[in-house]
Amino acid sequence: MVERADGRVQQAMVQVGRAAIGVIEEYGYWLTLVAESLYWLVVGPFKGRPVRLSAIATQMMVVGVAATPILFMLSFAIGVMLAIQGIYTLRQFGAETQVVLGIALSVVREFGPLITGILLAGRSGSALAARIGTMQVNQEIDALTVMGIDPVRYLAAPVLVAMMIMVPVLTLFADLSALFGGAVFCRLELGLSQIAYWDQATSFIAAADLYQGLIKSVIFAALIALVGISNGFAVSGGAEGVGRATTRAVVWSISYLVLADMLFTYFLNR
Amino acid sequence: MSDDYALEVDSVTAYYGSRRILDDVSLRVGYGEIMVIMGGSGSGKSTLLRHMLALNKLAAGSIRVLGLNIARATGEELHKLRRDIGVAFQSGALLSSLTVGENVALPLREHTDLNDNIVQISAKLKLEVVNLGGFDQLYPAQLSGGMIKRAALARALAMDPKLLFFDEPSAGLDPVVSSELDDLILKLRNSLKMTIVVVTHELESAFKIADRITVLDHGRILISGTVDEVRNSTIARVQDLLQRRSRPSELSADDYLERLTAHVKRA
Repeated sequence: MVERADGRVQQAMVQVGRAAIGVIEEYGYWLTLVAESLYWLVVGPFKGRPVRLSAIATQMMVVGVAATPILFMLSFAIGVMLAIQGIYTLRQFGAETQVVLGIALSVVREFGPLITGILLAGRSGSALAARIGTMQVNQEIDALTVMGIDPVRYLAAPVLVAMMIMVPVLTLFADLSALFGGAVFCRLELGLSQIAYWDQATSFIAAADLYQGLIKSVIFAALIALVGISNGFAVSGGAEGVGRATTRAVVWSISYLVLADMLFTYFLNR
Repeated sequence: MSDDYALEVDSVTAYYGSRRILDDVSLRVGYGEIMVIMGGSGSGKSTLLRHMLALNKLAAGSIRVLGLNIARATGEELHKLRRDIGVAFQSGALLSSLTVGENVALPLREHTDLNDNIVQISAKLKLEVVNLGGFDQLYPAQLSGGMIKRAALARALAMDPKLLFFDEPSAGLDPVVSSELDDLILKLRNSLKMTIVVVTHELESAFKIADRITVLDHGRILISGTVDEVRNSTIARVQDLLQRRSRPSELSADDYLERLTAHVKRA
């Protein structure tokens, strides 16, 4: 009986140890990915093996431009929602007209980056894991390697760069869309003119608020790309493996995003 | 010594987890030679190929490809080597996001400064070599199995390699197509003096194209010799493979019982 309990404790410890090694391994892999991507971006051109601008541009289209319609819709809805909640809350103090302050700051500092990040985690993070995972299963990654084409240079670096450029741009776009949503609702509910709304909004938003949102969005971009790429490269076990990696990529990138958001918000507001 | 052989494998041992996949494997391939590595499923031939391509790390032994010890080579040396070898994978492994033409052109685009027109002409020429002229605008998903293998061969030939690896050229193909591929391999060697290493489990194709055959079984080399030496080998296991005889059970009754009931004892 004692022996059996010992066995169980031991087994639990082994499992904890394995999980810990797995986590460390994953973070280590992220660092390698970042380091290798930087290496190819900086040193690659001198070795005649640059990260292709055309590949970055393609990824920017896929990641960024193609996401604008859905991002506009989501951000607009968030803006409307913030206006509704804000007016409802402030009405209790008779201060409905102050709603613009609430909308402007929460959109730029929080909701813009977060909604963009979550949308891209679902849209691009999963696609990335699935694409690289499928290539891994089909031996396409091996084929690239034996052709002397580094998979990180050819596949990972362009995505990482494209994400880190496009996510902040999309965040700005989301900010504007959400503010616009708020403007439309304030006009209908409070009769606030567009000119007055935008005038107030721009006067409330300081550069620091905007930067806070944009800094976060760059971190989100890196997280989404790294989680997607690392899960893609780690795929084994055929179609089922690709499915697992895709799910993992979405779940983990959204989780990391929210956690990183909390940490950054805390430190940036100290 | 290293200049005499295109490929030297010396006492290579490899593990997958704790399972031994390759056990003290050594073989040599001379320049301009067609070496066929043969063996059934699970014989370790695919693992050996991955090691020869420096895709897996060696546990023990050494491999020299075109004179370069790949375990000790730097990244740059490996990169240079990889421009001199071509690999046609079993599944083709063409990039599905690119057309067949772009796939074949890819190594040229990445490794040379050639003008794009020349790259495209060169890619089309390689496709002509494998009888796929005019198919360059199609995507891999639009090709049949035999065409994918030929396209993969065209891509492997793109950089005019000195050493060509071909994984299972005839697996999953009908006899006519597979025989055409064999002819193509012979043509490449005869006209371009290319060194070719073919991994296969197809006897007929192996006997047709090989200068020498190495037979792998359970991670060990059973025999390595000319076609006739292999055909006339007296080793029972080689004859089993040649005659397509099913293998006798190697387990004793006790071991068999042990294997079936191991989980009960452990619990």
